Amino acid sequence: MSNGVLEDLLLRGSIDHCVKCTICETQCPVSNVTPLFPGPKYAGPQAERYRVADEPSVESSVDYCSGCGICSMVCPQGVKIAEVNAQARDKLKRQKGIPLRDRIITRPTWLGRVGTPAAPIANFTLASRPLRVLAEKGLGVHRDAAVPKFAGRRFSRWAKEHPSPSTGRKILYFHGCGTEYYEPWEGEKVVRILEHNGFEVIVPKQDCCGLPLQSSGLFDDARKVALRRGRDFAPYLREDPNMLVVGNATSCTLMLKREAREILSLEDDADLKLLSERIYDICELLLELHDRGELKIPPEPVNEHIFYHAPCQQQGHWIGKPALELFALIPGLEVTEGNARCCGIAGTYGLKAEKYDIAMAVGADLFGQVKASGAGEVACDSETCRWQITHATGQKSVHPIDYLYRAYGL
Amino acid sequence: MRGELHYDAVVIGGGTAGMVAGARLAEGGARVCVLAKGVGSTHLAPGTIDVLGYAPERVTAPLVALGDLVAARPDHPYALLGADAVVESARWLQARVESGPLPGYRYVGDLERNHLFPTAVGALRPSALVPETMAHGDGESLERMCVVGTRALRDFHPALCAANLGREGIAARWVEAEIEVDKADQNALGLARRFDDPAWRAAFAGRLALKLQADESVGLPAMLGIRDPHGAWADLEHRLGRPVFEIPTLPPSVPGMRLYEILRAALRGAGGRLVLGAEVVSAQRAGSRVTSVATRAAGHDAAYAAPWFVHAAGGLGSGAIELDSDWVTHDRVLGLPLRGVPGPDEPRFLPDYRAEQPMSRVGVAVDAQLRAEGAENVLVAGAALPGAISWREGSGEGIALASGSRAAQLVLSAGGAHAEAA
Repeated sequence: MSNGVLEDLLLRGSIDHCVKCTICETQCPVSNVTPLFPGPKYAGPQAERYRVADEPSVESSVDYCSGCGICSMVCPQGVKIAEVNAQARDKLKRQKGIPLRDRIITRPTWLGRVGTPAAPIANFTLASRPLRVLAEKGLGVHRDAAVPKFAGRRFSRWAKEHPSPSTGRKILYFHGCGTEYYEPWEGEKVVRILEHNGFEVIVPKQDCCGLPLQSSGLFDDARKVALRRGRDFAPYLREDPNMLVVGNATSCTLMLKREAREILSLEDDADLKLLSERIYDICELLLELHDRGELKIPPEPVNEHIFYHAPCQQQGHWIGKPALELFALIPGLEVTEGNARCCGIAGTYGLKAEKYDIAMAVGADLFGQVKASGAGEVACDSETCRWQITHATGQKSVHPIDYLYRAYGL
Repeated sequence: MRGELHYDAVVIGGGTAGMVAGARLAEGGARVCVLAKGVGSTHLAPGTIDVLGYAPERVTAPLVALGDLVAARPDHPYALLGADAVVESARWLQARVESGPLPGYRYVGDLERNHLFPTAVGALRPSALVPETMAHGDGESLERMCVVGTRALRDFHPALCAANLGREGIAARWVEAEIEVDKADQNALGLARRFDDPAWRAAFAGRLALKLQADESVGLPAMLGIRDPHGAWADLEHRLGRPVFEIPTLPPSVPGMRLYEILRAALRGAGGRLVLGAEVVSAQRAGSRVTSVATRAAGHDAAYAAPWFVHAAGGLGSGAIELDSDWVTHDRVLGLPLRGVPGPDEPRFLPDYRAEQPMSRVGVAVDAQLRAEGAENVLVAGAALPGAISWREGSGEGIALASGSRAAQLVLSAGGAHAEAA
């Protein structure tokens, strides 16, 4: 109880600001498609009054909250609805026990380390219908859920062999597990864009941010992982007060910025605090550089029509949609901005057998908008959302920086 | 060492006034960013455009009454704005509705004359402009009607609504329509999504038709579609062969959500930015000017600098102005001086809830050009303005539209926006 006692009280105390206006209920992607989750207001400010420390949870519907965080963002009274619900989910999991499935799929590092050297076999396994049916029956991972392919190589290996030109303007790169094991090319693009704009990119030793563990309610393990990330980055940040960290996995940067400290009650950890203050989402950083006149204007036209979906976790940075401002710098690029709320996947939520159908129903609005737009590709800041969008629409989905990369002619 | 983002104008508040100011600034060519703590007042209000409903008696001709109000209360926002600004901004809104994202949807009426429309409890409330989906509820032309409720929507009581309309001289009866729901507490938005589905709608109309009598209009809670309300409403009128109209509900307000989408599309379509979850937590000043504001963001505050700011964060209702436990009143957004705060020896509240509460005219002190006292580059719009009691007057949207528009116009005509930003 030494860590973050006051913060927990403030978090919980925020429910007293709820005026029952129901704005969160209108925006919740999950409760609008399934009766299994009664909605953020019910599960949060209302049910929280009946959750007493050291007594059993009175209801289990909060397990169906996907943790997208939209409720907290739209609340006009500043109630920490999603955060209160995440803590209630942790308590529920402690009480009911944690399924083996949740212990496995929340550890991208284990999966990555096993899957990468054995990528052909692992990818075959993941693509094999009979094996997926077995995984559903045995583990509870839905047979149809979008799972990524192992790239068979790790980004960090590339980074180790890639000499970043010494410019005197250093920046740290947090690449996350998606880039490390599944999409190393995204990390290579991030590095090249930063180098093109005069940065020397340093890739410290790193690992998972802990978000999958947190969102599945495995708080103790999530804390250990998140605290280690603080230890990884803090020495660099202490040494150079101007040093920043940038990440392209928007949900992971959000975890390190805010969720780990707030939801996991780690506000008192000095290393994590330093990291949270200095870490940027890649589009956020590039937009700020542009505002200061320090971003090179991309010369090459990208004559395409794309659809942009700002994922919930990107919206959770509370910085608007900087990707749209970057797109506006790219000659020829036509962008349809979606206004659907969520793709449904919410990290690992949509992988779970009992939640897959809900996740697909949540995303139906987005998938319909993508198809109706007539756009060729979908841009989206979060990798799990991209996999879900491609799974549901069949359309290619990439990180917003891909277009900048192309427009730079890199 | 986070930096600032620079704009020609920063609007604080995502309710009607802020979204109108933001959209009109963007349309005028300004680089504008709207900062909103959360989704605003639109989702809670009925979605009608009320200009002046009571002064203090019920108003029939709002523009005429507005002239009288201005003469009697020079401290009222309308005295700063004038009737022409209200007319112009209402026309702008109607045009944005018609060119907006909801095909065929429009607002009807004019500011010459108020019409009376049923509320959820069956009172008649004066409005100047209403969504077409409400227009046939005009109480003066309504003779026989049937209020249709459903147990699926527990916050709407058709028997109560019909009984009270009866007292207003309207022959109103009520029926319940069967709508199967899969959860105990469905809200109007959940039902509105169903009305967007033509096949579901047709089945609903088929069941409802059996319960209706000849020559009666049908009033339904405002839930006739969220993406295609025009299609849903016109289709129901066609299928039922009679006038159909929406009656505003308790929050969440589906017509209000439509209005928000229309204003959001106008802002985004003109290139304006919208940042949600961005509560303003501090401001930087240089003398009598605000130079930048910081908003709550993940990890670290974000900063937005501009030569102009529009304070449209609302008043006591939204929490932008607070009365703290020491009985001190503050502007929580920019800490600007207030006007209309009762003196130390005067009562702040009166025992009768519906009385003219002394605190209710509190707002950010402004000059005739909406400039905040003590901050020459901050303009104030909407419920943050002092001098109105919009819930009693039925004036909230008129003030929001006209002041949001005026603030945008003042920034644009100052002309310095681009020069100073550059």
